[in-house]
Amino acid sequence: MSLLSVQDLAIRFSTGDGTVHAVNNVSFDIAPGEKVALVGESGSGKSQIALSIMGLLAKNAQVSGRILHEGRDLLTLSQDALNKVRAKKIAMIFQDPMSALNPYMRVGRQLTEIVELHEGLGRADARKRAIEAMEAVQIPDAKNRIDAYPHEFSGGMRQRIVIAMALICKPGLILADEPTTALDVTVQAQIMRLLDEIQSELNTAVLLITHDLGVVAGFCDRSMVLYGGRMMETAPTKDLFAAPSHPYTRGLLRAVPNINDAAGELRAIPGSPPNQLRPLTHCPFAARCVDAVEQCRSTLPELTGEATKRACLRPVEALS
Amino acid sequence: MSEPILTVEDLKVTFDTRQGRKWPWSPMKKVHAVNGVSLSLERGRTLGVVGESGCGKSTLIRAIAGLVTPTGGTVTLEGRAVDYGSRADVLALRHKVQMIFQDPVASLNPRMTVREIVSEPTRRFRGDLDPEAQDKLVHDLLDRVGIAQRNFNRYPHEFSGGQCQRIGIARALAVNPKILLCDEPVSALDVSIQAQVVNLLRELQAEMGLSLIFVAHDLGVVRHISDDILVMYMGGMMEKGESDALVRTPRHPYTQALLSSVPVPDPNVIVEPQVLEGDLPSPLNLPEGCLFQSRCPKRQDACKATKPALLAAGGREVACHFAE
Amino acid sequence: MTSAKARLQSQAFVEDVAEEMLSSRSFWADARARFFKNRMALVSVFMLFLLVLFAIFGNVIAQWSYEEIDWNLLGMIKEEGGPSIANGHYFGVDELGRDMYARVVQGSRTSLLVGFVAGIASVLIGSTIGAFAGYFGGRFDSIVMGGYTIWLSVPYIIFFVVWQAFFGRSLGQMILVIVLVNWTAGLLIVRGQVMMLRNREFVDAARMLGLSDVAIIFRHIAPNILWVVVIYTSMVVPEVIMMESLVSFLGVGIQEPNTSWGALISEGASTMTFGTLWQLAFPAAFFVIAQVSLYYIGDGLRDALDPKDRL
Repeated sequence: MSLLSVQDLAIRFSTGDGTVHAVNNVSFDIAPGEKVALVGESGSGKSQIALSIMGLLAKNAQVSGRILHEGRDLLTLSQDALNKVRAKKIAMIFQDPMSALNPYMRVGRQLTEIVELHEGLGRADARKRAIEAMEAVQIPDAKNRIDAYPHEFSGGMRQRIVIAMALICKPGLILADEPTTALDVTVQAQIMRLLDEIQSELNTAVLLITHDLGVVAGFCDRSMVLYGGRMMETAPTKDLFAAPSHPYTRGLLRAVPNINDAAGELRAIPGSPPNQLRPLTHCPFAARCVDAVEQCRSTLPELTGEATKRACLRPVEALS
Repeated sequence: MSEPILTVEDLKVTFDTRQGRKWPWSPMKKVHAVNGVSLSLERGRTLGVVGESGCGKSTLIRAIAGLVTPTGGTVTLEGRAVDYGSRADVLALRHKVQMIFQDPVASLNPRMTVREIVSEPTRRFRGDLDPEAQDKLVHDLLDRVGIAQRNFNRYPHEFSGGQCQRIGIARALAVNPKILLCDEPVSALDVSIQAQVVNLLRELQAEMGLSLIFVAHDLGVVRHISDDILVMYMGGMMEKGESDALVRTPRHPYTQALLSSVPVPDPNVIVEPQVLEGDLPSPLNLPEGCLFQSRCPKRQDACKATKPALLAAGGREVACHFAE
Repeated sequence: MTSAKARLQSQAFVEDVAEEMLSSRSFWADARARFFKNRMALVSVFMLFLLVLFAIFGNVIAQWSYEEIDWNLLGMIKEEGGPSIANGHYFGVDELGRDMYARVVQGSRTSLLVGFVAGIASVLIGSTIGAFAGYFGGRFDSIVMGGYTIWLSVPYIIFFVVWQAFFGRSLGQMILVIVLVNWTAGLLIVRGQVMMLRNREFVDAARMLGLSDVAIIFRHIAPNILWVVVIYTSMVVPEVIMMESLVSFLGVGIQEPNTSWGALISEGASTMTFGTLWQLAFPAAFFVIAQVSLYYIGDGLRDALDPKDRL
């Protein structure tokens, strides 16, 4: 039984220039306690998927498909019902901790507000929970710092507070949208480590949305690769890195510099990201794919396979 | 070793800030952005500058370029000291030193077409060429960086980030510089595009004999492109050395911590980040001794008392009392 | 290699190329297209155009000049002075027996001239000062902002009265004094825009090409803030017409027998109770049409130029 099941999700935006096809019929499941990565470059639609799960899409978005959570379709829920799911069942960690926190509110109040609202706790109990949550994310001297304002914390500490806010109701699923992109490497490493510890302690499922393959390698059980709003490949992380089966995944892995590997040549993927103003009729990667054949430019491959699934007519194994 | 094309000695940059002043006429406080950096760049080589945000790495190359005025130290270009107060000197510098920027889209004027953007430097700096040759140069440069001719009359917002960065590179090369300063040129780009731009820079460097200073926070990219790496922290130099050796055997505690945190795109490698406790010092009020003392796992009394000198040994320079 | 060749011949590749070859439009061409889609703005441009034609060529069909008194009608203005084709007074006569039509033409000339010349001049001066203050910052900016704050506290009606007492009440003085009062127009908004743009990297890139500060402001920054200046001008012109009307209404405006919409409205309002309503209605109607048209043009320009709506 999966915790979250996204089925045939499509997201379009109507803009002045036309309709942007941001997400094109994407389906995936997340099991309880699973750490899944949603990997993609800008424009791949990864953030839009997260926002659609939380019901936070921009007003000009049209969504179709289903997002099942505990048997209910989140896309059909009323605003009230959705508010109950948010924070309590599914919480989100945003990229920029400064904008995710209210600068005029003490961090303690921002934490207690959530539990008061969702669990009906009184002021004193809520405060205790908030201190516990801050201790859980390893903020030193939580008892005193609970009354500080966000700007009094460093970037890394702020992101810890955002994580504390996400965890305070002990949700079953956390959506982490580029949680460390705004942070320095040393802080990033600490935050990812913290997320890992908390995850194994609470057995929360995590959907990590990122462009950074290094972060994915160190954290996730399973990885899903998006390109042009379409799922390209999904596989256990180890298999994906060891033997990528989609040419895009392979290209991505070859393009990432590895600090431990000096000799490795960076091999770029030629071309530019796809134009999303046209509806998808063929593989979005075909225009940049070195292995593409005529058929790739006329058919839209479906995701096939067992443990590793890929949407490709000419997967990498078949070539080598 | 060949004669260095550029040497920087004890470069310092401070900014005035209004922050924390009592009255409008109270003296400005000083933010210490770069605190005594020395480096030398040899012809045809690449120096990578790494450090975390706010370490002064961008300010360092902006000071070399004269976009901010250094408050101390000397910059020597091809054996001549540059006087940043003299307009003629700065113009001469810009004949030889050009820059590419972090935000590829914002670095292009949105109201100018690509052709206009790349023509501007040729008109200003290539007076030796007749107008036809100038046009041909613009054409060749854009062609070289992979912008198709049919797109020459388009505006920057019609291009992707990677293409904008290529246009920025063409603009810098139109001056025919000897040194290219790269201020986080790929950090705003996607992985697949980032590799295109890095490879392009390497090819152009080989073709035109450019010397590069490459500033980035991504150690993987910096190691890939650089011959030497300079590690900065709070505006000061921590360690400098040949890049493979520095990555393999970092000797400064800060370099060690930084390298231990870099994520590796390989699930079989377990990253054990070395945690740095303690707060960053304020750039308004730098500590007496070592800049890294507040977070250093190896700090002792000596670190508080005296600033460690940059000691050179075996091609490596390390600013630490207790370097390994 | 064969696959690369296949790619070049494929239909998808041809489509990609065709799409890339779509002609590219500049920001201004885009804005023009958006403006022309706005019907209300287009109608307003047309109305304003008619007003301008009226002001320039209206005299051609006038049978009287604006300062000539029709002695035949004096004494029976209420009974005989109304609008009439027969006696050539299309809009009637004013209380002194002068032709209202000719006076409205003259008033339109004055008001539109003052509005456009003084409005545009004020915005240009204010924007230029604002651009320099925003670009250089520091002491120059402090001085400009100090001057701006002090200037705002000067009551402009008193300034008008004092100025005109010294220098007379000609059209030229009128424009000059309005520019002096309004030099702050556009200053703040342009200053803010320039402060923002100054930190964009294309300004650094221009500096790397050795351009002087003045060249950077006019060649690189100005084209990027022109849209703000255009929108602001469209708001200042009706404001200036309003200001001119107000001071004329209060009797410190343009010198008789020359006139303006405000002066005409003032005269018409003072005789309203005698039943000579046409003396108020015609200038008021022109004034309102001008204001409404200018407002909608400004609105259309804002929609067309403000990139916030663009995606």
